[in-house]
Amino acid sequence: MVDNLGLIGQRTLEHVSIVGVAVGIAILTGVPIGIAITQSKRAADIVLGIASVIVTIPSVALFGLMIPILSTIGQGVGYLPAVIAVLLYSQLPIIRNTYVAITNVDPAMREAAKGLGMTTMQRLMWVEIPLAVPVVMVGVRVAVVMNIGITAIAAYIGAGGLGTFISRGISQTDPRQLITGAIAVSVLAIVSDYFLLFVQKKLTPPQSTVID
Amino acid sequence: MIRMENLTKIFDTPDGDITAVNHVNMEVPAGEICILLGPSGCGKTTTLKMINGLIPKSSGKIFIDGKDTDTVDPVELRRNIGYVIQQIGLFPNMTIEDNICVVPDLLGWEKAKSRKRAAELLELVNLVPSAFLKRYPKELSGGQQQRVGVIRALAADPPVLLMDEPFGAIDPINRAVIQDEFLKMQKEIKKTIMFVSHDIDEAIKMADKIAIFKDGVLEQYSAPDDLLASPANDFIASFLGQDRTLKRLSLLCVDDVKFGEEYKVHGEADLANAIAQMKELGHQNIVVTGLRGRARAFLHLNDIMGKKGVIEEYRQALPAVANVKEDLKTAVSTMFRHDVSWLACVDDDGFYKGYITQKAISRALSAIYRDETLNTKR
Ligand SMILES: Nc1ncnc2c1ncn2[C@@H]1O[C@H](COP(=O)(O)OP(=O)(O)OP(=O)(O)O)[C@@H](O)[C@H]1O
Ligand SMILES: [Mg+2]
Repeated sequence: MVDNLGLIGQRTLEHVSIVGVAVGIAILTGVPIGIAITQSKRAADIVLGIASVIVTIPSVALFGLMIPILSTIGQGVGYLPAVIAVLLYSQLPIIRNTYVAITNVDPAMREAAKGLGMTTMQRLMWVEIPLAVPVVMVGVRVAVVMNIGITAIAAYIGAGGLGTFISRGISQTDPRQLITGAIAVSVLAIVSDYFLLFVQKKLTPPQSTVID
Repeated sequence: MIRMENLTKIFDTPDGDITAVNHVNMEVPAGEICILLGPSGCGKTTTLKMINGLIPKSSGKIFIDGKDTDTVDPVELRRNIGYVIQQIGLFPNMTIEDNICVVPDLLGWEKAKSRKRAAELLELVNLVPSAFLKRYPKELSGGQQQRVGVIRALAADPPVLLMDEPFGAIDPINRAVIQDEFLKMQKEIKKTIMFVSHDIDEAIKMADKIAIFKDGVLEQYSAPDDLLASPANDFIASFLGQDRTLKRLSLLCVDDVKFGEEYKVHGEADLANAIAQMKELGHQNIVVTGLRGRARAFLHLNDIMGKKGVIEEYRQALPAVANVKEDLKTAVSTMFRHDVSWLACVDDDGFYKGYITQKAISRALSAIYRDETLNTKR
């Protein structure tokens, strides 16, 4: 295993690049969608419904579905379908948490912002989004942890990543590779979660008790 | 100036229409404080929020400095009206400094200028700038937050200020301090202020005019003293409380009811002179002053009647004095504490300025004998 440290590092990087790029794009799309649907209950129900359905599709089936579609541009297997799958799965936690966070902003905050003369846009940028950040970050953490697991399966469509150890371990009945892969995936998930928790804390204003 | 004409708000709810504000007509002159009072749910907050457009009015007109607010862009309008919401509403994601500077920042002021102003404003409400500027709202007590809420509304120096129970969460001692500070500040800044209160004493102390609402209807709109002296109906009388006459004590000051400044004797005068003055004035006591006119002691008529000698032998120490600037509440309380029916009045330097009697006070309080000059005071 020690000889393979270099390989493990490389696979970890592949894994992180799939999840990182996909969740990154998911934040860029999901947060605006989550904000937009706060304007209409109906839109919110539809969008959240679709996102929930997507999450229920088993990952293997989703990869299978994308092969014929993406083959038309010669990308049926590999990195792209893996990123797209993770991107789709990440939408629900990110959109939903953004939506919930914005709709749950204390009405008093909204009223104060309006009463002081903020436009709708200023209210979003100055008050509502900053207040929503911690909750959105929780959604991001869920997306990241969930998709580190899903990305492991993407090894079957040749996307690389830590799943390669697991798929080889199974096909070659090599428990050492299997265990290496499994542990590496778990460790990556835990470390990512702690890292994002740290970021989340940094972005949250202090909630300390009253000092008088 | 704020003027409302037939201002009405009807909320359309699933359980039918609620008339929260019903054809209200009133005017707050520029530079005055108007306080809205009334039982919970009578439409105070709704009235306030219609002025800055947070609640759209159903009908009627609102003018600010003569300008119909319908013709002004709502965002522009609100930036020119300071607003303190009932729930304080500081932004938890911003420091106290940034909270105070929200409107200046919206208006694009230079940072250096607005940050300097934030520190000045904090000092104004007894919060040490160095300790508070960089804190977050959650790190302040409710009363401290409320004070920040008030100065946030003042930050960009708007001519009009709307406040919804701005001092409600502050403890009584600090509240009195902040109210005094606020009144002092108002003397200089002369804002047109409309504010909601639940505290009748606060309204009496701070308002130039008080508006009393009931079920959305403006029941009476008068100066505090007029309100206490002549409530328009039974509802207002009971709302103001049985002790409303006593409340008027805090509106009048010793200077308003003292008299007899010219009646006094100094230590070297003879007793006959003292007796003559007491008879002329119809009062059984007279104040003995020092050489330069400071109140020193008093003589009682019975002690010197038919006596000979010098005043020094008969003088008695004054049990207490009343400062001419005190309100009558303080003076009456001093009288009861010392079990006396009159007090010598002095200015800040202790010079004799006349005296005040229980009888004169009750006469001043009684609406029937009310001297019109007392009304205009304030
Ligand atoms: N958004 C709303 N929808 C329906 N009814 C409302 C709404 N806002 C207020 N009301 C009703 O209008 C009436 C006046 O409410 P308002 O908030 O102005 O009272 P208030 O005098 O400020 O009371 P408080 O002293 O409790 O703050 C109440 O009967 C209230 O239930
Ligand atoms: Mg209210």
